[in-house]
Amino acid sequence: MSRGASTAPEIRDTTLAAQGITVRLSGRTILDDVSFTIARGEFTGLIGANGAGKTTLFRVILGLQTPTRGHVRINGDDRSRRHVGYVPQKFLLDPDMPVRGRDLVGLGLDGHKLGLALPSRSRRRRVDEMLEAVDAGRFADARVGQLSGGEQQRILIAHALISQPKLLLLDEPLANLDLRSAQEVVRLLARIAREQRISILISAHEMNPLLPVMDRIVYLAAGRAASGTAEEVVRSEVLSTLYGHHVDVLRVHGRVIVVAGTGHDEHAALEGFADGAGAVEIV
Amino acid sequence: MFSGFMVNAWLVATMVAIVGGAVGFFVVLRGSAFVAHAVPNGSFAGAAAASLVGINTIIGLAVFSLGGALGIGLLGRRGRHDVATALTLVFMLGLGALFLGFSIEYAPEIYSLLFGEVLGISSTELAPTAGLAIASLAALAILYRPLLLSSIAPETGQARGISPFRIELAFLVVVALATTMTVPVVGTALIFSLMIGPPAAARAFTVRPHVAIALSIALALVTVWAAIALSYQTNWPVGFFVGTISAAAYAAGRAWTFTRRGASSARS
Amino acid sequence: MHQVLRAIVEPGFFSSSAVALAAVVGGLVALVAGAVGVFTVLRGQAFAGEALGDIGAAGGSSAYLIGIAPLWGFVGIAVAAAGVMETIGIQRARGRDLATGIVLGAGFGLAALFLYLGTTFDNTTGATITILFGSIFALDKAILPAALVFGALALAIIVACYRPLLLSSISPELAAARGIPVRLIGGLYLIAMAVAVALAAVTIGAILSTALLIGPAATALQLTTRPARAIVTAGLIGLGAMWLGLLLAYDSYDWPPLHHGWPVSFFVVTLVLIVYLSARILTRGRTRR
Repeated sequence: MSRGASTAPEIRDTTLAAQGITVRLSGRTILDDVSFTIARGEFTGLIGANGAGKTTLFRVILGLQTPTRGHVRINGDDRSRRHVGYVPQKFLLDPDMPVRGRDLVGLGLDGHKLGLALPSRSRRRRVDEMLEAVDAGRFADARVGQLSGGEQQRILIAHALISQPKLLLLDEPLANLDLRSAQEVVRLLARIAREQRISILISAHEMNPLLPVMDRIVYLAAGRAASGTAEEVVRSEVLSTLYGHHVDVLRVHGRVIVVAGTGHDEHAALEGFADGAGAVEIV
Repeated sequence: MFSGFMVNAWLVATMVAIVGGAVGFFVVLRGSAFVAHAVPNGSFAGAAAASLVGINTIIGLAVFSLGGALGIGLLGRRGRHDVATALTLVFMLGLGALFLGFSIEYAPEIYSLLFGEVLGISSTELAPTAGLAIASLAALAILYRPLLLSSIAPETGQARGISPFRIELAFLVVVALATTMTVPVVGTALIFSLMIGPPAAARAFTVRPHVAIALSIALALVTVWAAIALSYQTNWPVGFFVGTISAAAYAAGRAWTFTRRGASSARS
Repeated sequence: MHQVLRAIVEPGFFSSSAVALAAVVGGLVALVAGAVGVFTVLRGQAFAGEALGDIGAAGGSSAYLIGIAPLWGFVGIAVAAAGVMETIGIQRARGRDLATGIVLGAGFGLAALFLYLGTTFDNTTGATITILFGSIFALDKAILPAALVFGALALAIIVACYRPLLLSSISPELAAARGIPVRLIGGLYLIAMAVAVALAAVTIGAILSTALLIGPAATALQLTTRPARAIVTAGLIGLGAMWLGLLLAYDSYDWPPLHHGWPVSFFVVTLVLIVYLSARILTRGRTRR
């Protein structure tokens, strides 16, 4: 079961169309008939617990994992990976590396081409513009391996964006950030999506920081997906069907909390603790 | 010190330093110190084989360097990279033992093969050495951008279509070419010093990649030239000076990093 | 039956005292190296293991040339090198390998110097060959007690630190969180490895030292994830490779081209590699959890 409550694809300017993606590895079904579309300039959240299959789905989109069934089309084209920018979850940059953030962003332009880069003024200008756009100008000339996690992430976002992709993928960008940094990144990304008409797909295990800016959500549970707007998808009936057991969706002060029901719970899912402290206050 | 047969020594040493410094930049960037040690050391079996069969030593070195590099790349694709390097190395050395055992004439040259014999470079060896140097540098130039990106941030490179495995193989081949040409000068035992010490120092002193490569080459040149000059004066082996000066360069780089960043972060 | 045995084992193998000594010392070294090597592979320190073997060998031969008993030279210098590596003290794998490489390079440089200063041209070659390949059939009986002591020392350190060593090898962060002094353990381990590797290098040569340190352990870790089992398996594989290699080397005495036998190093290394590759192929596609 996965049919999303999505609007008819022909009407929207579709950047990404995933159709029936199934991935089976070593006897385990990681993704089961996942279908959804992303329109131009849409901000989509791929929400799911750890191990739900988010990274696998990303790898399929990037062409690094061949699905057992199904396919992904980006801008109508099966193999075009250049249009996809990617910011990985873990990026262990060596602190001693003689590389500046500026250099890494420059490599986003032409790092895949053979040979040496000819120094050019227009290249420098584009790099400067990109750094400004992500507000990384301050630390662009420092050793990139010595920047904080959030700063490195901005550099990587700039690196991914500078080639002007139609689609930007970010793998759990908020996972290790404090609340304030997470909010800044989300605002930045929403602005980019709006201004540059770039589709953004962010994976996260916690949807609340994204609720204010998400246009659509793809909710992943037990390898199955439901896609649509947050109102359409994040409902007890929809999620219970996905999970295969009863879950309750509570809305508290504008935040969403998904709680497993009582009974036979093999995969109890407890999400939405915005402060991570494990306590729920309904006031 | 600058006349007659010494001219050859200076020329070859200069080429060696340029290639060593340039390739070494990536060796240090990628953390491939073990590979830089294993490929030339294992290639010594090739020299033994070449002498056995009666062909030019360089050919034997080249074949075994490339073979070793490819062996490391393929074996290390899945599973531990350092295990692959170690096993490939010892296997090649085992072959070397075998070939040495097949011949009674080869033995005397082992010392110079291990530690270098730059003063014994003849004019006929200049051309092939220069050829290999140009080939190594050209290969490095062609690979430069994807190699740099894949070395810094492999996952993002992969998303752009740069296969980390293919880049690794290509880089190993470049290391093989570079070490082949440098072995007669510095020896299999010590070429990797040149590929580690100067680049490690260079990266400590600058943050810009292009400057770091240039500085790495410059420091390698200083190392080799000083080694030759000192060896000429004292008759002590060139390899000794290369090993110790490289270590000094590395130490200087670490010291600089230490003072720049403070003790705690330098320990990470 | 007698014929078959005669075909596999050349006459004199079981009665030769040189072979017996080689088998005992070689077997001992294989067991120690296998046990220590499991941690080497877990910690990703294969380069350090190889480097210490080379340094120990180079240093040991230099010691011999200035009149110190080789075994002490080997062990002393290997431990000193381990100390230097530890002092440079970088914990990240990449930085650690760089430090290892520099120490190795400096060590080789010194060896080059000592060899040059201490010998004539001819002796240099002989010393160099012995360093690399060992001379297992020409061991002195006096080495046995020392070998036992050093082997026991290396194993004792491993046994004494077993659980903290295991945890800090698998996850340094977890170990630190539990209050384990990760750096101290790492330093002790490096010393144990230096002793084991030096012992191996002086008896069976630097090449075999690395081969027996890494190969059997890597093979064992392919086949099992239980550390104790891996240690036993590694020791047994090393032992088997060593003894079979000795047998083949002995048998090869009449083989072409020069009829003075093929080197033990070659046989043992090839056996180790074959076993490792077989394990890789056998476990291909099997997901070990």
